[in-house]
Amino acid sequence: MSVDFSRYSFNAGEKTGPLADLGLLPKMDQVRLIEAGINVQDHHVSGAFMQINKDGVHCNTRHEGVELLSIQAALKKYDGLPQHYWHLLDPEKDELARTVKETLGGGYFIRAKKGVKITEPLQSCMFIKGTRVGQSVHNIVIVEEGAEVHILNGCATSNATEEALHLGFTEYYVEKGGKLTFTMVHNWGDNVTVRPRSAGIVESGGEFQSNYILLKTVGDLAMYPVIKLVGENAVSRFNSVIVAPKGSNLDCGNRIELNAKNTRGEVIARVLTVGGKVVSRGYIGAEASPVKGHLECKGLILGGGSIHTIPELFSCQDGVELSHEAAVGKIAQEEIEYLMARGLDEDEATSTIVRGFLNVDIMGLPDQLQKAMNEQIATLNASSAL
Amino acid sequence: MCCTTSKKTTAAGVMTMKMLEIHDLHVSIGGTPVLKGVNLTINAGETFILFGPNGSGKTSLLMTLMGISGYEVTQGSIVFKGQDITRAPMYERARLGIGISFQRPPTIRGLSTGKLVELCARDQKVDVPAMARKLNFDTFLDRDVNAGFSGGEIKRSELLQLMAQRPDLILFDEPESGVDLENMSLVGNTVHELLEGESPKGVSLRQLGRVRQTCGLIITHTGYILQYVNAHRGQVLYHGKLCCEANPHEILKHIQKHGYHECLRCLSTDDKEIRL
Repeated sequence: MSVDFSRYSFNAGEKTGPLADLGLLPKMDQVRLIEAGINVQDHHVSGAFMQINKDGVHCNTRHEGVELLSIQAALKKYDGLPQHYWHLLDPEKDELARTVKETLGGGYFIRAKKGVKITEPLQSCMFIKGTRVGQSVHNIVIVEEGAEVHILNGCATSNATEEALHLGFTEYYVEKGGKLTFTMVHNWGDNVTVRPRSAGIVESGGEFQSNYILLKTVGDLAMYPVIKLVGENAVSRFNSVIVAPKGSNLDCGNRIELNAKNTRGEVIARVLTVGGKVVSRGYIGAEASPVKGHLECKGLILGGGSIHTIPELFSCQDGVELSHEAAVGKIAQEEIEYLMARGLDEDEATSTIVRGFLNVDIMGLPDQLQKAMNEQIATLNASSAL
Repeated sequence: MCCTTSKKTTAAGVMTMKMLEIHDLHVSIGGTPVLKGVNLTINAGETFILFGPNGSGKTSLLMTLMGISGYEVTQGSIVFKGQDITRAPMYERARLGIGISFQRPPTIRGLSTGKLVELCARDQKVDVPAMARKLNFDTFLDRDVNAGFSGGEIKRSELLQLMAQRPDLILFDEPESGVDLENMSLVGNTVHELLEGESPKGVSLRQLGRVRQTCGLIITHTGYILQYVNAHRGQVLYHGKLCCEANPHEILKHIQKHGYHECLRCLSTDDKEIRL
């Protein structure tokens, strides 16, 4: 769906001054952030960045191995970041890109320094509060040679937000032997339009793992991050767990380009619709050989809605191993009956299987986030929608 | 004595409770009859062995007793603990005390084996890791249910679930199939324990017969399981009908020697005088 930019103001919404810590936010907003996977106490994190509308309100690192700045500060410090800013994404590609370039209203710059392994995750948080607010951000993530970092990115709107637009552009650079885990949890709303656009490159021996969790309604979301594996033995994995309640319109997918020898890519999406419309895309292309890639999209439809899966594989090389597996439908009766034979009634059996389907354990999330997500998934099952 | 009999006493001559009564059961799958008038009573504490060639309806009988969809009862009834369960939903049968060890259970992604075992226990408190250690299966508790399990691993997973569930009637669909020799005694002893409990030393079989309540219905082709359980009775299911009731060891010997073709003779004889 096209976006009517004239409906939103990129200067609108509440202005918020600097916050010493996220616990100073109003309780209602904290709840929305917790649902987006944000640890508002800032415990067990190596740093945190938060932006409300166009204002960066919190930017703090506790680990000297990581540099965390607002995008504006980074552009100033690094002379416009010529090697990284609008390097993988094209500012002239379409109106969306031009709008982000012209209205730039924040974003973060994260640089994990060479050889530093940061064990505690770094949180970043984009929050929208107000009516008809347009938020346009541009983020840069650089993982230098041999460095490792896990970024937890939570996006949310406040309860009071009636209508909003979020444009979030991100460029990822994973240098030789670096490892980036990027976990994104979304908590938008019925009348929110979301257009993230991401691109990344991974150099030899590097790893990029993306986890995406969406359990709440979002009016209109389209995203299709593209990762290019440009160095030998680079690896990329995308795991998505998506729930689309009634009122959600989603078009999401992942694209991996295997451009160097012995690179591997994997896209795994599990989509549950309980009334929402979902297009689930996946693309793995092989431009080098030997390479390996696997796409998997499992869709469950429970109580209306639609799922359209579009898995694509491309190769112009001999000796590549690419595969895909897509399935859309209901829960297998055999699985329900297996659990019923153990004494679970049909509702209990269904909930148990759905919880398993949405299980985020494979993502390797920090314990606290994993627990929070599993709790949300459990509540989801208890709701009348299932 | 052949075909359907409804014993009211055990071999020891003690009055016992009827646990399962199957009366003139006719079952069809997709309109095709698979069971054609099965009569069978299993008393509390008894273990009944079911023989029969492939396709004779053995698994269909177990599935029908459990209430799996697709097995349509067209005639007759199933009574468990005095209650007619012919049309009861599966979970009700399970909660009443019927348990089953499936031969080919489905994989359930995202559900750990350990969690499923807890679910099987319902309100009973169970020490899942301790039970799993007994089955040499503790390293599988974090694995998704049946995901990539070998034949023997599936069997141990099924037995572990039954240990937590503690049913009063246990249906075993070929408990020894796919189990390697090394694990056979583990599986066999667990089946024994599920059916008989850990029998206290010095208690005679006769006394045991009075105390134990759990009963079993076991399908076997190879008969290996007979070495591990006190099988009381056995019968052959042939062309959807039960015939040839005898001591299960004798039935096995007979089948090994002559195959199943004599069952046909048995079924076709009106006075049912032919015995194994």
